[in-house]
Amino acid sequence: MANTPISVTVDQVTYEDDVEPRTLLVQYLREQLGKTGTLIGCDTTNCGACTVHLDGQSVKSCTMFAVQADGHDVTTIEGLAQDGDLHPMQQAFHEKHALQCGFCTPGMIMQSIALLQENPNPTEQEVREGLEGNLCRCTGYQNIVAAVQAAAGAGSAAGTQSEEGAA
Amino acid sequence: MKPFAYDRATDADGAVATVTADPDAMFVAGGTNLVDHLKLGLVTPEHLVDVSRLPLDQVTEREGGGLRIGATVRNADLAAHPLVRQLYPVLSHALLAGASGQLRNVATTGGNLLQRTRCAYFQDVTAACNKRDPGSGCAALSGWTRYHAILGTSSDCLAAHPSDMAVAMVALDAEVVVLGPDGERRVALEHFHRLPGDRPDLETVLEHGELITAVEIPPLAMARRSAYRKVRDRASYAFALVSVAAALDVQDGVVRDVRLALGGVGTRPWRARVAEEALVGGPATEAAFAEAARAELAAASPTDDNAFKIPMTRSTVVAVLSGLAGEETR
Repeated sequence: MANTPISVTVDQVTYEDDVEPRTLLVQYLREQLGKTGTLIGCDTTNCGACTVHLDGQSVKSCTMFAVQADGHDVTTIEGLAQDGDLHPMQQAFHEKHALQCGFCTPGMIMQSIALLQENPNPTEQEVREGLEGNLCRCTGYQNIVAAVQAAAGAGSAAGTQSEEGAA
Repeated sequence: MKPFAYDRATDADGAVATVTADPDAMFVAGGTNLVDHLKLGLVTPEHLVDVSRLPLDQVTEREGGGLRIGATVRNADLAAHPLVRQLYPVLSHALLAGASGQLRNVATTGGNLLQRTRCAYFQDVTAACNKRDPGSGCAALSGWTRYHAILGTSSDCLAAHPSDMAVAMVALDAEVVVLGPDGERRVALEHFHRLPGDRPDLETVLEHGELITAVEIPPLAMARRSAYRKVRDRASYAFALVSVAAALDVQDGVVRDVRLALGGVGTRPWRARVAEEALVGGPATEAAFAEAARAELAAASPTDDNAFKIPMTRSTVVAVLSGLAGEETR
C-alpha cells in the first residue's frame, strides 16, 4: 500500500514524513521520530500510558493513526520541559513521589495537565475522575492525586504553560 | 495490522461514492473503536475513508426547536455544549459516563452509535461468534455472561450494546440522518440498531456505503429535568451493568409523560416502551415505578451469570424516576 505524506508538528518542530497508513501515532512518535518518552502500555486503548496532546487536547496515541495527525500539533512528555526546567506538573510528580515503576508516568502527566486546563482547581474526586483513563499498577494513585492537587495549588501555570503557544 | 489504503474525504457525497463502490472499504472517523478492531483482526478492510474532517462538526438549533448534532461532533464537545446541558442534561450525563477524557476528545457522535459490542468472545478471533463470523456459533451461550444482554437476545447472540450516549438519545426520540448514494434518509434511532435474531452480524439498518451525517433530537420540554444513571463494577471507566436514561413529567402526583431507556441490558439501546405505557396516567410512586420496570423486564431472558440484572435494573429505574419525581415536587 502506498505511503501517505504527512506534516506534523511535534514538540514545536515540524516534520514532513511519508508513513504507512496503518502506522499508529505512537509508533510514529517512537520509531520514526525517536520520541520514546511516550510509552505503549496496553496497545488497546485502555491504559493511557501513550497519552499525548493533539492541538492541546489529550488523546491516546495508540488509538490514532499517524495520518490522522496530519496538519495537527502534537505535544509529548518530551516537549514539556523548557530550557532544562521541568514543567510544574513534572516537578509536582517528582516532589510528591507520584510514581514507582514510572511506566504510566508520561501519560499520567499529560492527562493531568489536560485535566487542569479544563478544571484548574479540582477536588480530589475530580482528579480521580479526570484520570479515569490512566491506569497505574504500582502507586494506588494516592501520590498521583496529591501531585496533581499540588500542581493545581502552585498556580494555573501548571495547566497552561507550553500548551497555548503550541496550538 | 493488515495494510490498507487511506483516503481523507473532502465531501460527504464523495465519501459515500467511494465506499459504496468498494465492498472492502470502510469509513473511519475518530477511530477509537475501529483502530482496536483493526489491531485485533476483527475487521480487515482494504481501504479506509477518513470522514473525520468533513464539515459535520456543528451542533445547531433546529427550526421549531430541538438540536441537530453533526456526525463528527466529538463526544467531549457534545457533553460540554451549553444547549445540550440546558435542554437535554441526560445526554450530557450519559456522554460523561462513557469511556475516558482522552477517548471523548476523539470519539464522534456517528461513531459512538456504530461502536460494537464489548462481548469478550466477539473480540477474541479464536472464539466462536455469530456476529463476527456468521454461522460459527456463540461462545457466550456456554461462557461467562456477566456483561451480556437480557433483553432482545436470541439463541445466536447475547451481546449487549455498549453505548451510553445512544441510550440517552433513544430516550429522547432521536433520529439518525443518513446519506447514501441515492440521497438522504432518516431513521428513528429506536429502529436504527437491529435485534440480533439469526443474523447478529447485521447490527444496524445501514447499507454498505451509507454514512451517518447527523443526529437530530426533537424538542422535549420535560427533558430539561432528565437524568442518566450508570451502574458498573467500578466507579468509573467501565461499561454499564445497567444504565437508565429518563425524563419525567409529573403533575399532582400523576405521571403525565415519561421517557425511559435502558443500557447494559439490551442487545440494542433499549427504549422501555412497555414501562412507559404502564407509567403514563398512573401515580408517581416508587411502587408504580417498580411495577413498570417489572412489566418491561417480563420479556427478559437472563443467564445464571446475569440474572442479577433484573433486580438491578428495577432498582435503578426506581431510583432514577424517584429522583426526577422528587425534583418535580420541590
